[in-house]
Amino acid sequence: MTNPPTDQQKNWTLEKLEDGRMALNMGPSHPAMHGIVRILLTVDGERVSDADIEIGYLHRGFEKTCETVTYNQCIPYTDRLNYVSPFINNAGFALAVEKLMGIETPARCQYIRVIMSEISRITDHLTCIGANAMELSAFTVYFYLINAREALYRLGDSAAGGRVTPAYARVGGLTRDLPPDFKRDTAEAFKILKKNLDDADKLLTRNRIFYDRLRGTGHISKEDAVALSFTGPALRSTGVPYDVRKASPYLVYDRFDFEVPVGSEGDNYDRYLVRMEEIRQSVRIVEQALAQLPDGPVNHPGYDVILPPKAEVYGGIEALMAHFKLTFEGVKPPKGEIYQAVEGGNGELGFYIVSDGTGNPWRLRVRPPCFSLTGGLANMIKGGYLADIVATFGQINMIGGELER
Amino acid sequence: MTSYLLETVKSKFPQHVLETHAFRGDETVMVKKEALPEVAAFLRDSLGFDFLMDLTAVDYLPREPRFELVCHFYSSRHNYRLRLKCPVEGNAPSVASLTPLWAGANWFEREVWDMFGIKFEGHPDLRRILMYDGFEGHPLRKDYPLKKRQPRIQHRD
Repeated sequence: MTNPPTDQQKNWTLEKLEDGRMALNMGPSHPAMHGIVRILLTVDGERVSDADIEIGYLHRGFEKTCETVTYNQCIPYTDRLNYVSPFINNAGFALAVEKLMGIETPARCQYIRVIMSEISRITDHLTCIGANAMELSAFTVYFYLINAREALYRLGDSAAGGRVTPAYARVGGLTRDLPPDFKRDTAEAFKILKKNLDDADKLLTRNRIFYDRLRGTGHISKEDAVALSFTGPALRSTGVPYDVRKASPYLVYDRFDFEVPVGSEGDNYDRYLVRMEEIRQSVRIVEQALAQLPDGPVNHPGYDVILPPKAEVYGGIEALMAHFKLTFEGVKPPKGEIYQAVEGGNGELGFYIVSDGTGNPWRLRVRPPCFSLTGGLANMIKGGYLADIVATFGQINMIGGELER
Repeated sequence: MTSYLLETVKSKFPQHVLETHAFRGDETVMVKKEALPEVAAFLRDSLGFDFLMDLTAVDYLPREPRFELVCHFYSSRHNYRLRLKCPVEGNAPSVASLTPLWAGANWFEREVWDMFGIKFEGHPDLRRILMYDGFEGHPLRKDYPLKKRQPRIQHRD
């Protein structure tokens, strides 16, 4: 099929337009465009009068690929969606398939998923704030926060066996239980986190330069944010208290005491404050979850859901057959379609799965939270200064892997 | 309570609703393609569905009508979710755009056009979004082979 008639080619040159404004390319390879995205700007002096955001540089065909593999084989691909909070993607996808199959995992598994999801949320926010501060030339903060992130990555590594791409969840359970020293290690990692976070807080929150760069820039109103399908910290900064963990608690989120911070202005500074507070709330959730962590199995008992223990595979025909069937054909959810939302680092991460009853999904759609955010970015930077794009773009926290799948 | 929403939509649009079901707690309404903007406007204005959470499509080749457009709505006021679907024919598929109702539909619809080749009438800026200009075909269609190669694009000045 050829291009549609609506597919107009825009003539963007670096020369001055007829009315004296200038067309300017920001990206795709620009130091402040972490992830690859190109913003075609029309600037009137220092003011941005028009912006067209071009994405697609990191499209890998995630959804198409997943249609050809089994459900469990999709899990390593989900790591690479939002690669700074991989565990939320793992858990969200596993939850979606479990919802489709109508099964529930044991309590211990649900607690571990909550713990790992919250650790992932912290790493996501640390990266966002650290990178944002670095781009606004507060380089020290970046090292403080990345130091804390590294401690948390090591923690995730000790449980899942991978720093950035853990692939920890499986449909119906996890790859393994937590290591024996996990509670102690978490307490130590949180000590590092709290110290680094407090230092960053002191350096940034009441810093005149940082405040002036963030306050009032990248403003979006409540109505616009809702109409543009914003979710996550960007929506909450406008004062809408929507958080999937509170609105429709999945896993065991209803058992913890935590707050959902909201802003009032809908600007970059509020988004920064919301993220800082969310880190502290996530720490609270992890501490409560570790205190309540029940004993017991981590995996669903059904052999049609999760691989049986190796001892049984080698010792009995039933388990051997189950192992064979699961490896080659995968889990087989019934025919149907479901949508499962979880609260990702940037907002609502949704999985829409259509099953035709076979081992491969007929259609797997990911609702990436930063897709809507990046779609609304043009509204947030229009009318502002060129230099504020860096601050706004940083606070949008666009993650290419998730945006373009 | 769960069927309240489905009953409301069904009784409001008896001539447009093709099917309703609730699977695993997800309530779904299937409407005729022509009625999509009208039903969506009713959901937003009368039932409080202020968020268009997601808009996507599914290719059911070789069935006819081949495509289904799938919208997920969320109401922050009532904490409800609803899935609204409509069948779209396989030959020159097109459907009315939801951009007049939700600004956020803009990019979602561009993605559906890019991936499935479903046109949205009334969309202000229907261009490819993830693929480049000059890409041939629509990759998420079931008849698009997984490993299809694309011709080299010509150098642009």
